[in-house]
Amino acid sequence: MVRSRTLTSQLADGIILLVLVIIALTSLYPLWYTIALSFSDQAAANAGQVTIWPSGFNLTSYRIILDDEKFFRAFGVSIKRVLIGGALNFLLTVIMAYPLSRSAKQFPGRNIYMWLLVFCMLFSGGLIPLYITITTLGMQNTIWSLVLPGAVPIFNVILIMNFFRSLPKELDEAAVVDGAGPWYSLLRIYIPLSVPAMATVTLFSIVGHWNSFFDGLIYMSKPQNYPLQTYIQQLVVNITPDLMKEMTTEQLIELMKASNKTLNAAKLMVAMIPILLIYPFLQRYFVHGIVLGSVKE
Amino acid sequence: MLNTLRLHYFLRGCVSMKDKKTLFHYHLMLSPGILMLFVFSIIPMLGIVMAFQNVIPGKKIWKQEWIGWDNFAFMLQIPDIKQVVLNTVLIASMKIAAGIIIPVVFALLLHEVQVRWFKRTVQTIVYLPHFMSWVILAGIMVNILSLDGIVNQIAGLFGMEPVMFLASNTWFRHIVVWSDVWKEFGFGTIVYLAALTGINPSLYEAAEIDGASRLKKLQYITLPGIMPTIILLTTLSLGNVLNAGFDQIFNLYNPLVYSSGDIIDTYVYRLGLVQMQYGLATAVGLLKSVVAILLIAISYRLAYKFANYRIF
Repeated sequence: MVRSRTLTSQLADGIILLVLVIIALTSLYPLWYTIALSFSDQAAANAGQVTIWPSGFNLTSYRIILDDEKFFRAFGVSIKRVLIGGALNFLLTVIMAYPLSRSAKQFPGRNIYMWLLVFCMLFSGGLIPLYITITTLGMQNTIWSLVLPGAVPIFNVILIMNFFRSLPKELDEAAVVDGAGPWYSLLRIYIPLSVPAMATVTLFSIVGHWNSFFDGLIYMSKPQNYPLQTYIQQLVVNITPDLMKEMTTEQLIELMKASNKTLNAAKLMVAMIPILLIYPFLQRYFVHGIVLGSVKE
Repeated sequence: MLNTLRLHYFLRGCVSMKDKKTLFHYHLMLSPGILMLFVFSIIPMLGIVMAFQNVIPGKKIWKQEWIGWDNFAFMLQIPDIKQVVLNTVLIASMKIAAGIIIPVVFALLLHEVQVRWFKRTVQTIVYLPHFMSWVILAGIMVNILSLDGIVNQIAGLFGMEPVMFLASNTWFRHIVVWSDVWKEFGFGTIVYLAALTGINPSLYEAAEIDGASRLKKLQYITLPGIMPTIILLTTLSLGNVLNAGFDQIFNLYNPLVYSSGDIIDTYVYRLGLVQMQYGLATAVGLLKSVVAILLIAISYRLAYKFANYRIF
C-alpha cells in the first residue's frame, strides 16, 4: 500500500519535472533562436536553416554594429537617459516618501498630498494634452522630454512610504529627542535601513527607462536623438522604403551581405546585454520588492 | 512650582517652534516632486478642454472654437470605433484570464518540486522575458513568425502551408495573448509562490497522518491557502479591462490586422499624432480615462471588501 503510493507519487514528480523543463525551454527558446540567428550566415538564415545552432557561423553582423555610428549614438542616449532618469527617480522617491510616511497628526497636510498623488496616478489627461504640454515647453529633442514627465514614480513612492511606515517608530523618536531634524533622520536612519527596498525600486526604474521607446518616438523629431529602443523599433519593426532610400549604396550592399534578419537579431542581442547584466541583481531583489507591496499596517 | 510651570511653557514653546521648522522641511521635501506633477500631470489635465474644442494645430488653446459635445457625438459615428472597443475588451479579457490561470497552475507545479537548484533555474529562465521591452520581444516574434521562421518550418514538417501570422486576422489576437503570456507568466507566479510558502506546514503534516493523497492535499489545503491571493488579483485586474497593452500591439501590428488588433490606445495615437485630430483624439482618450478610473475604483472597492486590501 505504502509502496504503491510512493511509486505513483514518484511518477507524478517525474511528470511535473518534465512539464516544467518543457515550459522553461519553450520560454527560453525564442531568445536562443535570436542568438543563433545573430551568428548565422545571411543566406542560411534566409533559407530557414537556423533551428538550434547558428548555421554558417560568422561575426559579420556584430562587426557591422561595431562600425554603426547611429547604433552607438542611440546606445549613448539610452545610457544618459538611464543615469539621469534613474537618479531623478531615486531622489524624488526618497524625499517624497519620507514626509508622506509621517502620520496626519505629525504632518497636517499629509493627506492632501497623498490624495494628489493618488489622483495623478489613476487619472491622466491622456496622450495628446501631454504631448502638447511637452512641445509647448520646447522640450522636444532634449533628454528632458524623456526623464522629466515620469520623474515622480508615484507607485514607488507609495511602496517606499509603506516600507518606511513598517520600520519601528522608536528609532525615529529617539533621534528626534536627540535633536535630529527630518533630513538627518532620513539620511542616517531611514535610508540605511531600507537599502534593499530602495535597490528594488531603483533597479525597476532603470529597467523601465532602458526599455521605453514611445516617448523617444514622439518627442524626438531627429533620429540622432533616438534612444536605443526607439532606434531598434524603427529599424526592426518598421522597415520603410523611406529608410532604404536614405542609405548609401555601400550601406545597402553591407546590409544585403548580413541580411536584415541576422543583423537585426544581433542588434536585439546587443540591446538586451544591459538588462542581462543587471538581471542577477534584479533577481536578488525583486521577490523582496513584490512582497514589499504588501507591507502594511 | 511657578518655576516648573514656567519651564513647562518654555519647553512647549521650543517644541512648537521646532515642529514648525520640521513641517517646513516636510513641505520642502515634497516640493520638487509636486512641481513635477503639477507641470506634467495637472497642466495636461487642463488640456482635456480640447475634447470640447475644434482644435486647429498651431493655434493657442484659449483661441480654439468651442463645440460642446460634438467631438463625442462624432466619435460614436465613426464606423471603426465599435470594432476598436471590441478588440480592446476582447484582447484585455483574454489576457486577464490567461494571466491568472497560467501563473497559478505554474506556481502549483513549481511548488511540488523539492529540488532546490532545479526550482531556482526554472525561475531564473521564466522571469527573464518580463524585463525585456516589447520592442525587443516583438523583434524576436517577427523573426520567429516570419515566412521562413522557425514556426513555419515546423509547420512545414507536418505538411502545412506557410502562414503570414502577423498579417492574419485569424491569428493576430492569439499571437498577442500568447506572447503576452510568454512575457509575463513567470513573473506572475512570484505572488502565488509567496502565498504558497505562507501556508502552515503543520496542515500538510496532519493531512499526511490522516493518509490524504497528494490531490486531496491540493484540494483541501493548497488551493484554499492561495484562494485569497487569487481573489485579490482577479478583482484588481478588473481595472485593466481597457488596457490591452499599447507597447505590445504597437510593435506587432500593421494595417492588415487593424480589424482584429487595433485597440483604443493605438487608435488614439493614430488619430491624434498621425492625423493631427487633436480634439477628437483627446475626446476618445478622455472617455477611456473616465471609464478606466471607474473600473479601478470598483475593483479597489471589491478588493477591499473581499480581500481586505488597501494600497495605503
